[in-house]
Amino acid sequence: MIIAVASGKGGTGKTTAATSLALSLAPEQRVLFLDCDVEAPNAHVLLHPTITQKKDATILQPVVDADRCGMCGMCAEVCQYNAIAVVGQRVLVFPELCHGCGSCALNCAWGAIRETPHSLGTLAYGHTSEGIRFASGTLHVGQSWAIPVISQLKESLPASADETVILDAPPGTSCPVAETIRDADFVLLVTEPTPFGLHDLKLAFELTSELELPTGVIINRDGIGDARVDDFCAQAGLPVLLRIPMDREIAAGIAQGIPLVTLKPAYRAQLKETVLALAEVSL
Amino acid sequence: MKQLVVLSGKGGTGKTTITAAFAHLASENPGTRAVVIDADVDAANLELLLEPQHLETQSFVGGQTAVISADLCTDCGLCANVCRFHAIGHNSGRYVVDAMACEGCAACMTQCPSRALSMIPRVSGRWFYSLSRYGPLFHARLSPAEESSGKLIALLKQQAQTYAAENHLPLILVDGPPGIGCPAIASVSGADAALVVTEPTASGIHDMERALDLAAHFGVPAQVCINKADLYPAGAGTIAEYCRQRAVPIIGRLPFDASVTEALVRGKTITAYCPDGGISQALRAIWQDILVHLYAIEAA
Repeated sequence: MIIAVASGKGGTGKTTAATSLALSLAPEQRVLFLDCDVEAPNAHVLLHPTITQKKDATILQPVVDADRCGMCGMCAEVCQYNAIAVVGQRVLVFPELCHGCGSCALNCAWGAIRETPHSLGTLAYGHTSEGIRFASGTLHVGQSWAIPVISQLKESLPASADETVILDAPPGTSCPVAETIRDADFVLLVTEPTPFGLHDLKLAFELTSELELPTGVIINRDGIGDARVDDFCAQAGLPVLLRIPMDREIAAGIAQGIPLVTLKPAYRAQLKETVLALAEVSL
Repeated sequence: MKQLVVLSGKGGTGKTTITAAFAHLASENPGTRAVVIDADVDAANLELLLEPQHLETQSFVGGQTAVISADLCTDCGLCANVCRFHAIGHNSGRYVVDAMACEGCAACMTQCPSRALSMIPRVSGRWFYSLSRYGPLFHARLSPAEESSGKLIALLKQQAQTYAAENHLPLILVDGPPGIGCPAIASVSGADAALVVTEPTASGIHDMERALDLAAHFGVPAQVCINKADLYPAGAGTIAEYCRQRAVPIIGRLPFDASVTEALVRGKTITAYCPDGGISQALRAIWQDILVHLYAIEAA
């Protein structure tokens, strides 16, 4: 089963929930944890994995052979991203604009364009002391395009049939979130009971509805704010699967990198039950 | 005209709460009236505190999507072969484009021997020009699962700059998105200064470093504000030491304060809801320092 933990609003406790979900299942069950928040990956802060292997997430980008180039300008004409331009007697490539689609190379009549891998980020693989298989992607600073890092992270580590996969998604509702959650069996949306939390929960639920993904809610910092998140969940038929109260002890523990289930072991059983409930819903 | 961007790396550190307070404080002084941009276009929350009236709503065309004409298609499959984004699949006997996966590169169109493919504009959201209780606000709503957030933010910035120039407003305040990717880059590029809001947690510190790296990458001078500084004092100490080594000024510390949530529930900025509270006083001091800092950049 693939469980994605997402949120809409940032900082609601996605990583807190996702890591403790993984820790509540391991080591009795096999767990694969993927940190897909490649712009701000933080699961390692709570899971403390041992990283055993790293590789680049890459896309192919054009290199122009000036000797073969006929200066026809077709590459620049077909590029939809203005990533290649003919300037005077030279062809310039702008790597930060290139999406690696290969159209320039396909359409070059001179065979002058060769493509070479260009690194967008780093993929790291390892395991935790509890036996969780762990992998994370990290977008390089200055690179804008997170999608290939996320998709290559997911492709590079296929889950075995008996493994529960936990995907820690980025915040928001745009393409990096969609790329992370689209093949999940269930999406857990973590929110907080404030107007910000509610507003972004609605947007995130729009996304999971559009993708037709079964969805449930975790309310974090329960007790702050007001009851409007609960009202919305009741109206929308969104099950509230777990509540984590506002507790300075929890907040201070997480701040130091101590997982929720270590701080409050009672959540272990609750999270296990949550996963069992999801398994039933998504079957 | 100066442009200040509020960033964080990690989400939920308090960017919007702080930007809204700045919008309020800026509006109190005719000399610092600001145009505000909500650049967190896929989870925009500033309007919950600023009560904007939408004066203008526009569609946002962020890119294009391939479409296949069933009449012209000969089912050769070349389009699916050249697509690197796995956006063309064979479904119920014909080739179809998965609009969500399509990057709009048009490689398929250039290769189709029967000219069955064309590119159509893609409406990826809406953007708004509004008047909030603290002045003009440019904000947007990216549709779910869409990309092009960077382009949308660039558009908001361009609109805000034109507005500020025409109306002689000296300041543009940008409430940035979390992360360091496409939307964060669009938010930081062209800014005169960045305020990085962090919290003293292991995650907050990790992502603050990346936000500072991003600002440095684009040559934007940054300052740090530690929110909820008393939640984990040792973490605040780590941030202070890190910033000292990196020669990044810490412009202020804000305490954890339940009145921030109370203000939010009432749809008010903290500085308006609780003007004499400790946190509002701290925000006023930070705002004064930021103005001095922006002015100093001008003098240099």
